[in-house]
Amino acid sequence: MALPTHADTLERVWHYTYLVICALIFLFLIAPIIIIIPLSFNSEPYFTFTEKMLSFDPTGYSMRWYDTLLTLGMSNPEAPRDTSWWADAWANATWIRAAKNSVIIGFFSTILATALGTLAALGLSRPEMPFRRTVMAVLISPMIVPIIITATGLFFFYSKTGLAGSYVGIIMAHATLGIPFVIITVTATLVGFDHSLSRAAASLGANPTTSFFKITMPLILPGVVSGALFAFVTSFDEVVVVLFVAAHDQQTIPRQMWAGIREQISPAILAVATILVIVSIGLLTAVELLRRRSEKMRGLSPG
Amino acid sequence: MADMTATSSGAAPQGLQTADGRPLKAALAASQARAKRRAFYLVAPLLAFILLTFVLPIGQLLTRSVSDPRFIENVDRSTGEVTPIMTGLRAWFKANAPGTEPDEAAYAALAQDLVLLAELRGQGDVGTRINYEAPGTRSLFTKTARKADDLEAPFKEAILDVDKDWADPVLWQAMRDASSRYTLNFYLAALDMTRDTDGNIVNVPEDRQVYLLLFKRTAILSVLITFTTLVLGFPVAYLLANLPLRYSNLLMILVLLPFWTSLLVRTTSWMVLLQSQGVINDLLVWAGIIGDDGRIQMIYNQMGTVIAMTHILLPFTVLPLYSVMRPIKPSYVRAARSLGATSWTAFRRVYLPQTVPGIGAGALLVFILAVGYYITPALVGGSSGQLISNLIAFHMQNSLNWSLAAALASLLLAGVLVLYWLYDRLVGIDNLKLG
Repeated sequence: MALPTHADTLERVWHYTYLVICALIFLFLIAPIIIIIPLSFNSEPYFTFTEKMLSFDPTGYSMRWYDTLLTLGMSNPEAPRDTSWWADAWANATWIRAAKNSVIIGFFSTILATALGTLAALGLSRPEMPFRRTVMAVLISPMIVPIIITATGLFFFYSKTGLAGSYVGIIMAHATLGIPFVIITVTATLVGFDHSLSRAAASLGANPTTSFFKITMPLILPGVVSGALFAFVTSFDEVVVVLFVAAHDQQTIPRQMWAGIREQISPAILAVATILVIVSIGLLTAVELLRRRSEKMRGLSPG
Repeated sequence: MADMTATSSGAAPQGLQTADGRPLKAALAASQARAKRRAFYLVAPLLAFILLTFVLPIGQLLTRSVSDPRFIENVDRSTGEVTPIMTGLRAWFKANAPGTEPDEAAYAALAQDLVLLAELRGQGDVGTRINYEAPGTRSLFTKTARKADDLEAPFKEAILDVDKDWADPVLWQAMRDASSRYTLNFYLAALDMTRDTDGNIVNVPEDRQVYLLLFKRTAILSVLITFTTLVLGFPVAYLLANLPLRYSNLLMILVLLPFWTSLLVRTTSWMVLLQSQGVINDLLVWAGIIGDDGRIQMIYNQMGTVIAMTHILLPFTVLPLYSVMRPIKPSYVRAARSLGATSWTAFRRVYLPQTVPGIGAGALLVFILAVGYYITPALVGGSSGQLISNLIAFHMQNSLNWSLAAALASLLLAGVLVLYWLYDRLVGIDNLKLG
């Protein structure tokens, strides 16, 4: 990217303009995500920086919106903050209950999506798989078909089969939405997989099961785990299917946020958003580390 | 292989054999079939799961789009019991050709059906169903069903006494249409068409057209969003592809972080930024570019939808572009320069053509995702920035015309599937990359 020594003035000007343009685009990408973090500490119910915040006056900042996340929905939020107060928050606070639901649904749908998706990816990456292309297209389609169509279809199907308003129904739907990500990441890992390793294991007397768990699994594990993280994020962020098929008391974090944004947006939403941004930074770091590990294992490391 | 069989068949009449005495050809075929079956068994559980939780529901959606049986059967809300209704009138429709003037027999059948309807408390549902085809007729059913028990022969006069609107031929045509289990009328409605009293298909008056307008808007906004993501994504992908890996991996995080951040979070931040009392307007006022009373309305309109969706879909353009640009050798451009091309010519004639697969993949993917977007337009689009998905949700949740929603969804699905097929042909779904 360095400017060649023979560049003329016009090329120099363009080079630096180009770098500025790129910086602005990166700002466009990242600024909206960063900006909500300081705003969530606003002591006033505004969505912009107050003068106190700009002059770094400590009274301009507060944790009050994070506090509402705990107290909203509690039976006795004014009580002294001892063990029973925390027990009350754990059992009754709206956001905590939503978080619990989200984690339960996310956990089980991830397990389901990862198990079925990894198995299918193993089959799909075999050259002798019949109708490979068609089957792959069908399995990836939940990612491509607009979510509103999936949700509408599920609404009709679930109200006929009695799965509407049940956890099983939501978990199955979220697993379906997460499966394409698992298949994509695991097949991508399997592309670089050296099949002579399994043959070597077989020639040394390992049966297919042993060879899978001892040889294949450790090598594709990074792909499987990043696929699982993708599936979890998909479920954790999904709101439309939940709106269409869940019962009224089955609140999840995105559903609660959706309601909050539509009815009356308060900086409490920004506090939730900040927590979610931190979660996604953690997940991204995990996936990046896994990718590097996988590249190193397969000898593709850039160094 | 063929030569070997030919020569060996000369020596041994059974052809080449395996150690246990089976013909080699058959043994090979059997082993290949076994390998095929094994591969298929691995995929089978997931395929069955997807058929159950995805393909079957889509099938239900398609069925629903051609059928709304609320004129034919009544479903009890608490017990789920299904009772056939309007049997008399449906028999009359079957016996008489379309366009027949409803006679005393027809009205008698109607009166009898209304008695049953009032017993089942189903007049609201039936009225709603007919209202879709003949607007403004719902109250006729509720009103007349309430008095159904008191109706006496001659029924024609008795019913017309309750409301003379019962004589309307549009209403009778609508009831005739609704008495068949399957109908294409919802597709007609979804394409802003309707049937006149003679049963001919005509366009609805221009001031009442809604859906075509929204399909058109969805297409235009999606093209616009695809274009802006390309314009913004291309320079970034070029920079990332030409930096040494250790720097580009770091900068790549700036592209991937939005990709991993919750959609609702990103939409919320745009609401915060773009509001008339929000950060960007405050910044512009502070910088003196606009006056305090001249704050720009950047949200709850098409502009809000376009800005927020461009941001959300940008990574889907950058990633395929990057993976195409990374392996392009800089020596081609250098060769062009050394042969006398200006840097612009070298870029346009040598570099750009090599990136076309990436541009195609990114643009097609972003377009496919954009036409079906729901959440972002619903939150930041206001009324002018709504897309077709929002209308489907409206008919599902507010107007409760589920069959029309299903017909709209089926049309959208058909469009998306054509694009998906195109994407698979041109790019291949195997090449879909996620960071």
